[in-house]
Amino acid sequence: MNWGGWENFLAMGGYAFYVWGSYLVTLGLIVAEIVLLGLRKSNALLRIRVRGTTGQDER
Amino acid sequence: MSINWFKYSSPQTFFPLAGKLALWFGALALVACGAGLYIGFFVAPTDAQQGEAYRIIFIHVPAAWMSMFLYLVMAFWAGLGLAFNTRLSGMMASALAPTGALFTFVALWTGSLWGKPTWGTWWVWDARLTSELILLFLYFGFMALQAAIDDPRRADKAGAVLALVGVVNIPIIYFSVKWWNTLHQGASVSLSKAPTMAATMFAGMIVMAFGFWFYSIAAALMRARCIMLERERASDWAVEYAKGST
Repeated sequence: MNWGGWENFLAMGGYAFYVWGSYLVTLGLIVAEIVLLGLRKSNALLRIRVRGTTGQDER
Repeated sequence: MSINWFKYSSPQTFFPLAGKLALWFGALALVACGAGLYIGFFVAPTDAQQGEAYRIIFIHVPAAWMSMFLYLVMAFWAGLGLAFNTRLSGMMASALAPTGALFTFVALWTGSLWGKPTWGTWWVWDARLTSELILLFLYFGFMALQAAIDDPRRADKAGAVLALVGVVNIPIIYFSVKWWNTLHQGASVSLSKAPTMAATMFAGMIVMAFGFWFYSIAAALMRARCIMLERERASDWAVEYAKGST
């Protein structure tokens, strides 16, 4: 694709909705997965520490 | 040859290794996806028939490949766990499922957004699309089944049986465009003949496929680490690690 400025690039030859709709959703899902993995890990570590101080699983 | 493979089959020794590998594969994924997107958007030419709409290919095809490949890897680990009763195998299978489901959804979503401008429809019940949708349900079924069983070992076994039975769907997806008359086009890449697309389009697709592959490895290893911490929360190594990472 020849560079014809940002406006032209973002327009994707009239297919902006389809092309960016594909790319943004994919990016969003990947970012969400990474964030959820981070939360899951800190949650698991928290559970271990709680268990260490009280001697049992919470709940 | 005296590599002790069983050394790494225990969560305790695999945990730090998985952490390092996840970091490296994550970095590789970033580099490959960056290069793939550059080729895909700035090097590959505009398609003569589809205009710029075809650029969806750079995520659609790699995501579809990963959706099938990750299922096979998941079933492999599940089968290994069933045969040898190793703790780590079941964890690896569970760690792959959400990432596999993600790429299956991406393949369906981008396919739909590609289908509308080129076929004139978001969705058809043809063999390729339907079997890929079944793959998404297989991933969801695997995750739901495992989540419904409290005992991790029993959850692994039940999940493994489901995963192995579902393998039959993979060749159905792959060969669906040959076996049935589908609206979906035939295979983009074949081992038996030269690529029919421009070399730069092909390159962008392959580089993106590597990027998705590296990402999948990184994400699965990160999830495997979470699962290890959850399941082994009472063990000394997990307690030590939790203490050290405040």
